[in-house]
Amino acid sequence: MLTIKNLHAEVEGKQILKGINLEIGKGETHAIMGPNGSGKSSLASVLAGRDNYTVTEGEVWFNGKNLLDLSPEDRAREGVFLAFQYPVEIPGVSNLNFLKTALNEIRTYKGLPTIEGRDFLKLTKEKQQLVDFNANLMNRSLNEGFSGGEKKRNEIFQLAMLDPQLAILDETDSGLDIDALRIVSNGVNKLRDAEKSFVVITHYQRLLEYIVPDFVHVLYNGRIIKTGTKELALELEERGYDWLKEELHLKESV
Amino acid sequence: MTSDITLPFYQALTTDVNALSTCQAQDDLQGVRREALERFAVLGLPTLKTEAWRYSNIQRYLKEFPYELLYATTTVPASVVAQAAIPELDCYRIVLVNGHLQADHSELPAGKGITIGALSAHTQAPGFTKWFNKQHHLAQESLATLNTAFFTDGLYIELAANTVIDKPIHIVHVYTATQHAFIQPRHLWVLNRSAAATIIESAVHPDADVVTFANSVLETVVEDNAELWHYNIQLGDQHFREVHTTAAQQQANSRYHHFNFTLPGTPFTRNNLSVALNGSYTETNLNGLYLANGSQHVDNHTFMDHIMPNCNSNELYKGVLLDSANGVFTGRILVHQEAQKTNAFQQNNNLLLGAKADINSQPQLEIYADDVKCSHGFTAGQFSEESMFYLRSRGIGEDAAKALMVNAFSHDITDEVKVPALQHYLQEQIAAIMNN
Repeated sequence: MLTIKNLHAEVEGKQILKGINLEIGKGETHAIMGPNGSGKSSLASVLAGRDNYTVTEGEVWFNGKNLLDLSPEDRAREGVFLAFQYPVEIPGVSNLNFLKTALNEIRTYKGLPTIEGRDFLKLTKEKQQLVDFNANLMNRSLNEGFSGGEKKRNEIFQLAMLDPQLAILDETDSGLDIDALRIVSNGVNKLRDAEKSFVVITHYQRLLEYIVPDFVHVLYNGRIIKTGTKELALELEERGYDWLKEELHLKESV
Repeated sequence: MTSDITLPFYQALTTDVNALSTCQAQDDLQGVRREALERFAVLGLPTLKTEAWRYSNIQRYLKEFPYELLYATTTVPASVVAQAAIPELDCYRIVLVNGHLQADHSELPAGKGITIGALSAHTQAPGFTKWFNKQHHLAQESLATLNTAFFTDGLYIELAANTVIDKPIHIVHVYTATQHAFIQPRHLWVLNRSAAATIIESAVHPDADVVTFANSVLETVVEDNAELWHYNIQLGDQHFREVHTTAAQQQANSRYHHFNFTLPGTPFTRNNLSVALNGSYTETNLNGLYLANGSQHVDNHTFMDHIMPNCNSNELYKGVLLDSANGVFTGRILVHQEAQKTNAFQQNNNLLLGAKADINSQPQLEIYADDVKCSHGFTAGQFSEESMFYLRSRGIGEDAAKALMVNAFSHDITDEVKVPALQHYLQEQIAAIMNN
């Protein structure tokens, strides 16, 4: 579904991603871990098309399409979704109106009829219950005055509504207490199926107890330096990242 | 003044004695008209050297065409009036064609205490005698004096004490002519003690082949404890130019809520809005939204005159300037020495979305009292990149994202519109402009 080949990217002239290779298959969940500043969120931003990042080398293919050629909106319409680490507050844009606009832009792109009135509200209600999102928040302005947890839950609600093929969760666990973490994770787990793939970016193993990944990758200094299964996450939790860094430096010095 | 004389339009005004006598024959206001003409001769037409007009080149628009001064009455078919219809709005409708009341398209509110009709037919009414041409700011504005000297007709509304109109009144101004025309309507609305009304104004310009220039003046008086909600909607087109003067007076404990919406695409719009507070404990809300595109020029020139103590005024003007549109905002607040305990707040926020769009914004605070709260603020900016990216990352295209953001930007004005059908209509208009 997603193939990343030798991806290099820079921001403001500074090289952040230095040759990422990653293959994500249909229905798979990949965790990307790594110390602060290793490039985890940058990878998410580059995939979603944030324009202050410049790709200097490499390719990204999504279902046979060159993702890097597409605008952010077309990436979303093709089925890529980024759950933001810091969801933006937009006063004056109602959550519902925003979702309806988004959904219909995606449907129009796919040649589907737009969804209106009752059908839209029905879908909204169904998804809101699925991911346990407070109905009172739906009529409010987009994320305005939402608590940190509410914002993250809204991201998962949007994910449920827009039903992408690939969801990238950028530190969705940051700033969540244990209850909110459980609710958010439950929401994500309910959305997992054989068709949908997830990239879960996180600093801590904690989230991966709830959203159990098929693969765990360690990103360090703009490169994936180790790939394993969920056991790798446990090992990282226990031993930290230093042993990996040392391994890497030994390898590089040889 | 020498430059004025080269304008054919100006020559027509001053040398065409017939023009003046045409007006004078109609009414018993010869003294007022003559005095206004003398005043106009002193003030002259504004130039870019006139302080209050330094960003608005009206002469350019007066020189564009040889305008005919229009006095004659004319009628329009219902289809023209229908262009101004606001869907789902339950209202009384008053149609004015070039300032002349067209009764057959109008549905006037009736009942005890309501006087509505042609201004020319009410020059003996008590409200007229007491208030006509009395708002003292009018004498400072040359276009207003020009209107006083030559106005044709307009709408007179007087509500007796305690009279409340049950539905909004929608005034449809139709400006139409067979050749390029300069039209000068004049209105006076008086709400006596504890009266209340909601009045919506909008305009239609059906002619595509001639240009109409309207120089209209409205005086409105909100007496003790009365309340007026006043919405002015300027949905223009290429063949229209406008100087729109609103001069309000408020008496003690009164409330005046003014909304001005300027939308595309009249090339030149100048709104003079002044409010004189003659009594204490008043509330004034001035709300403006200008959304301009092409090479549109929109100038909002506002003046809050705090004469008496214990009054509150709030002014919020927001602008969205696309393409090479040009915005001007002046917010003058004058707090007289007697006007202690004044609260006067002013804010002007702008989104500059066109590469060549610009805004000139000028707060002018003159405060002579020492126990007051006054503030002003100005912003000009673009959409936040982060917000745009957030919307786009959800599949919303750039244009639709901009439309959502403009809607969001204007919502603190549109949210204050208390007539749901009108609010919806305005939101739809804004969305349609942004999606186009």
